Amino acid sequence: MLIQRKSELTYADVTPKDLYFNRRKFLKSMGLAGAAAFAGKNLLDLLSPSQKVYAGAKFSNLIKSPFSTTEKVNSFEDVTHYNNFYEFGIDKDQPAKNAQKFRTSPWAVSVEGEVKTKRKFTMDEILKLAPLEERIYRHRCVEGWSIVVPWIGFSFNVLAKLVEPTPKAQFVAFESYWDLGQMPKARPELAGIEFPYVEGLRMDEAMHPLTLLCVGMYDDNLPNQDGAPVRMVIPWKYGFKGIKSIVKIKFVAKEPPTTWNLANSHEYGFYSNVNPNVDHPRWSQAKERRLGEIFRRNTLMFNGYQDQVASLYTGMDLKKYY
Amino acid sequence: MPSLLANKWTKVPIFLLCLAPLGFLVWRTLTGNLGANPVEFIQHATGDWTLRFLVFTLCITPLRKILKLPELIRFRRMLGLFAFFYACLHFLTYLGPDQSFDLKAIWKDVAKRPFVTVGFTAFVLLIPLALTSTAGWIRRLGGRRWQMLHRAIYISAICGVIHYYWLVKSAVLRPLTYGAIVAALLLWRLGDWFIRRGRTITAAPKTQRAPVNT
Repeated sequence: MLIQRKSELTYADVTPKDLYFNRRKFLKSMGLAGAAAFAGKNLLDLLSPSQKVYAGAKFSNLIKSPFSTTEKVNSFEDVTHYNNFYEFGIDKDQPAKNAQKFRTSPWAVSVEGEVKTKRKFTMDEILKLAPLEERIYRHRCVEGWSIVVPWIGFSFNVLAKLVEPTPKAQFVAFESYWDLGQMPKARPELAGIEFPYVEGLRMDEAMHPLTLLCVGMYDDNLPNQDGAPVRMVIPWKYGFKGIKSIVKIKFVAKEPPTTWNLANSHEYGFYSNVNPNVDHPRWSQAKERRLGEIFRRNTLMFNGYQDQVASLYTGMDLKKYY
Repeated sequence: MPSLLANKWTKVPIFLLCLAPLGFLVWRTLTGNLGANPVEFIQHATGDWTLRFLVFTLCITPLRKILKLPELIRFRRMLGLFAFFYACLHFLTYLGPDQSFDLKAIWKDVAKRPFVTVGFTAFVLLIPLALTSTAGWIRRLGGRRWQMLHRAIYISAICGVIHYYWLVKSAVLRPLTYGAIVAALLLWRLGDWFIRRGRTITAAPKTQRAPVNT
């Protein structure tokens, strides 16, 4: 059965929460699990329904963004239980377990550097900076898997314009929260990367309307494991560029250091745009596995956002600036 | 203990135990507990078990000598074949879901990506070992040549560890742990060989004095 997405539906409307969370029990009791195994491809659909079922529905009246894709959204379960957040462990199922008690309130983001008005934003202030939008973006991990996520937030440029960057500001540097007390696994010797996690964007990339300051997903706040309470989402770049749990934003004159580039500059560049023609030195980037699918599909240039962002890189050798 | 190891029925529970990882995967598949990326889950699990069974196989000889339990040899072939079995499953996940059985693309991938090349090498090296694992083949090749051939498992295990090491993004602790274990097992063999060689050299003059070819 195909459930067509309609704009007036909320995630809560699709499948009752109880039924959803007990779906495996339900399936088993129906004796379907065994039968489903013979149904091949449908097995995955049956066991991880793609319906959006987050019933919290904290945010209502979200603006539906024209940037949203109409592709099938991945299930909340998959998106929140398969992701990288090295502060909470290196396996993709660990953040969901280890970030449960992460305290995200009170929270403040310090904005500094080459701006006219340096200031701190509390989370409440950030949430009121602009009307919140739902943006359904493709998300492509450098490891070769991808998901479709209904993020919530607004263009980062809203915040940037508010603090008035000076002409000296050519880049934006971001920094994640880091606290060994709350993140005992966030050690370089365990994770193989330095902490705190840092990321950066060129000014024009940061000001691009697609670049999202993200405060939620699936109609609710960001779950802890997905970078609560506030993170970046840059849909045409590999997922690791979308820094999580941001505490500092600094407008700077020079290209800032970025965590994966520091860990291995040969493999992870500053730009890290999704590009099927530029392979990771150790594996191909031509294809990706969309969660919920068995075979790999072709990766799109700039993750399918070529029309919007290709002009940012005119004349640049994307093999050199990977 | 030795009598238990020599008992012909002991192989049955060991065999079933070796199948447990597969059973676990099948059970998780049927109950939908493979996580968000089932293909990757199966791929990683079968890869891990290949390496583990290679390590188990390499443990037999040192354990036989250290614990003075020569009967352990009875289980070596089974463990080695299970390593090959899990390697086949691992390879299948690569052929199918990863490469859609596109032989041209696979060949290009094997040639181009060092981590695939070493993984493929590790797998291919196991094929002749699995084929010649029968008593008939030991006879046909002769013990000495058979043993020489089967030392290829050392290279296969080393390639397997490198394959894992080159695959991970930054967290090298786990592949390095396998590396340390394989290194220890191979170094023990090297030490053992030196000791035995020392003994043969000191023992040699006696045998040389004996009349030969007369």
